[in-house]
Amino acid sequence: MKQLYTWGAIMAVVLASTTGDVLLARAMKQVGDVGELRRRAGVLAVAGSMLRRPGFLLGILAMAGAFYSLLFALSWADVSLVGPASASLTFVANAVAAKIFLHERVDRRRWTAALFVAAGVALLAV
Amino acid sequence: MTFRKYLVLAGVTFFAAVGDSLLSHGMKQVGNVSLAHWQTVILAISNPSVALGILFLLGFFVCYTSALSWADLTYVLPATSLGYVLLALFAKFFLHEHISAARWIGILLISAGVGFVTQGPALTHHHKVEGAAGQIPESVGARSEP
Repeated sequence: MKQLYTWGAIMAVVLASTTGDVLLARAMKQVGDVGELRRRAGVLAVAGSMLRRPGFLLGILAMAGAFYSLLFALSWADVSLVGPASASLTFVANAVAAKIFLHERVDRRRWTAALFVAAGVALLAV
Repeated sequence: MTFRKYLVLAGVTFFAAVGDSLLSHGMKQVGNVSLAHWQTVILAISNPSVALGILFLLGFFVCYTSALSWADLTYVLPATSLGYVLLALFAKFFLHEHISAARWIGILLISAGVGFVTQGPALTHHHKVEGAAGQIPESVGARSEP
């Protein structure tokens, strides 16, 4: 039962954090280079431009969901399982989601990187 | 990619690794949280390690959103994954966990993945980004300097 809870929480972390990452990435691309914007218009303009976007706020909501799922999972199982398992699956889920929803050019180099990192993170749990 | 941008990526890596370690440490002290007493998770914030961990994760968030404003998600995530290597090393030196051969291989794979992705362009060039306030010409399809 405890294991079912743990993996349920891990899947919730993966789903919520992928959703959050994609929404945040899209919103931040719309905001544009924040370093440049800050130099031009100041910190308040940057914050305003970010907070005005529904995608940004929804992204934070999704990340908060991922964060609380992670806290639940961490209280049931070791960080050495929960951390790598959720992170590893999130790398693969994000590569797929970024290609589909953000139209990023996920070339062979990026697939290799995502899979290497996912495999490496999974091995850290062994 | 400028030096400043590499610094932001390093910030993502560092804040995430330290923040996660602090959270993990704090939640061990808080103990098991059952679904019947889910409110415990909210009270967990009063634990100093959890509170400090959240502060570090705020620093992570600032660096992360900044990085996403000028680089692809599929670039930022692998590029900042050295944090897991840091976590494993923290676990070895501060929590005195054993690092097995498999873990060392994992550390090597992650490092190789980071190496791969940072050799490539940071940003996919879209002809028109809706509502973009500022495009950065130097990172559009640019190769990172060796």
